[in-house]
Amino acid sequence: MLNQLNTLRETASQTAGPYVHIGLAPHAAGFDIFEKNFSNVLAGPQTRGERIVIEGRVIDGSGTPLRDVLVEIWQANADGRYNHPADRQPKPLDSAFQGWGRACSDFETGLYRFETVKPGPVEGRGGRVMAPHVNFWIVARGINIGLNTRMYFSDEAAANAADPVLNLIEWEVRRKTLIAERSERDGAVVYRFDIRIQGEAETVFFDV
Amino acid sequence: MTEQDHEYLPRNPAVHPPAFAPDYKTSVLRSPKNALISLQQSLSEVTGPVFDRAMLGPKDNDLILNYAKDGLPVGERIVVHGFVRDEFGRPVPDALVEVWQANAGGRYRHKKDQYIAPIDPNFGGCGRMMTDASGYYFFRTIKPGPYPWRNRINDWRPSHIHFSIAGSGWAQRLITQMYFEGDPLIAHDPILRSIRDDEAVRGLIAPLDRAHGIPLDSLAYRFDIVLRGARATLFENRLQGGS
Repeated sequence: MLNQLNTLRETASQTAGPYVHIGLAPHAAGFDIFEKNFSNVLAGPQTRGERIVIEGRVIDGSGTPLRDVLVEIWQANADGRYNHPADRQPKPLDSAFQGWGRACSDFETGLYRFETVKPGPVEGRGGRVMAPHVNFWIVARGINIGLNTRMYFSDEAAANAADPVLNLIEWEVRRKTLIAERSERDGAVVYRFDIRIQGEAETVFFDV
Repeated sequence: MTEQDHEYLPRNPAVHPPAFAPDYKTSVLRSPKNALISLQQSLSEVTGPVFDRAMLGPKDNDLILNYAKDGLPVGERIVVHGFVRDEFGRPVPDALVEVWQANAGGRYRHKKDQYIAPIDPNFGGCGRMMTDASGYYFFRTIKPGPYPWRNRINDWRPSHIHFSIAGSGWAQRLITQMYFEGDPLIAHDPILRSIRDDEAVRGLIAPLDRAHGIPLDSLAYRFDIVLRGARATLFENRLQGGS
């Protein structure tokens, strides 16, 4: 008999369920309990970079928006550096930017929204530069394990064309499901990023 | 070239429920049809949010007191505690652990919950904490009751507490549920049973911990959590600490 390599096994995932807001966004559940709450606003007054809004809907296999979804994002700062000790790229940190936020979709419209800054490009594996992108993680009732995806920017066509992760998707037609469309509304820059969980134009999800 | 000094072990799909698990009906329209695309991790996946303890209040991990208005909540007083480790057994310090649950009667404090069991005016049902240097966490709460849900017409969830864990890297992000030893509803739950591996199911069932109960006050349950293991990235870069 072969010897076993004894690593522990990762704890199994379970759905976040319909009442995920109670734990992760209690105000959305209908009550206030904590003095300080996590939020969907990543950029404060001191944060460097171009202010942007990211918004969209998460849509199920029937075309219906999820109205109980919770979305988290993780991104680099305007200079393309993550606020984490494992990122030692020689670029400035921004002490006014954690890089993480959490949003719930609206219970009526299904819209989620983040207020952040546009990230700079980050060095990928083997020194290949990745196009500016925002990492997404999606949980909800009916989703047994959080879905990972990335949002890229429609006004970064040249960088997107060279991005090592987008180029890993052999079905070119699927790459565009990760590109958010830029527009301007009332003087604000808005990127629209709809996520289709299942069916036609299904968003690419990653096993990271 | 900047060095990426570590990466996480690939996720073992056998320990997780599949996205499409038709006995859990909501998963049918909320699961991707396409296979996930596997990535070699970059800085985007091995880094993750760093949380500040100053975000937390003194009662954030005490669900018995953190919403008490004019008295104590009704129900079984319990302590839940354990260690957050990675797959190599190393402690995960400074992990953000968030929990939420129903009250003793199985009712959630949520505007969408219409179950006839009453709200407890002294119970909110959420808490949060960060692990210490050894990966340890603990909180105090009321044992949640089971509740019915619209799946099959007579489905009931076993008593459970929802857990969200943010470790040191984005790839470790995890949401799960903790169940209680001996609950007969565990055998009939389509959400827990969407996990096919029996050992993985057992890992979500917290044993009664007689040694850590508080006499004449509270019982205790022990729930250890394992996140993905970090290893040095070999070959492409130098080993961490190497020259």
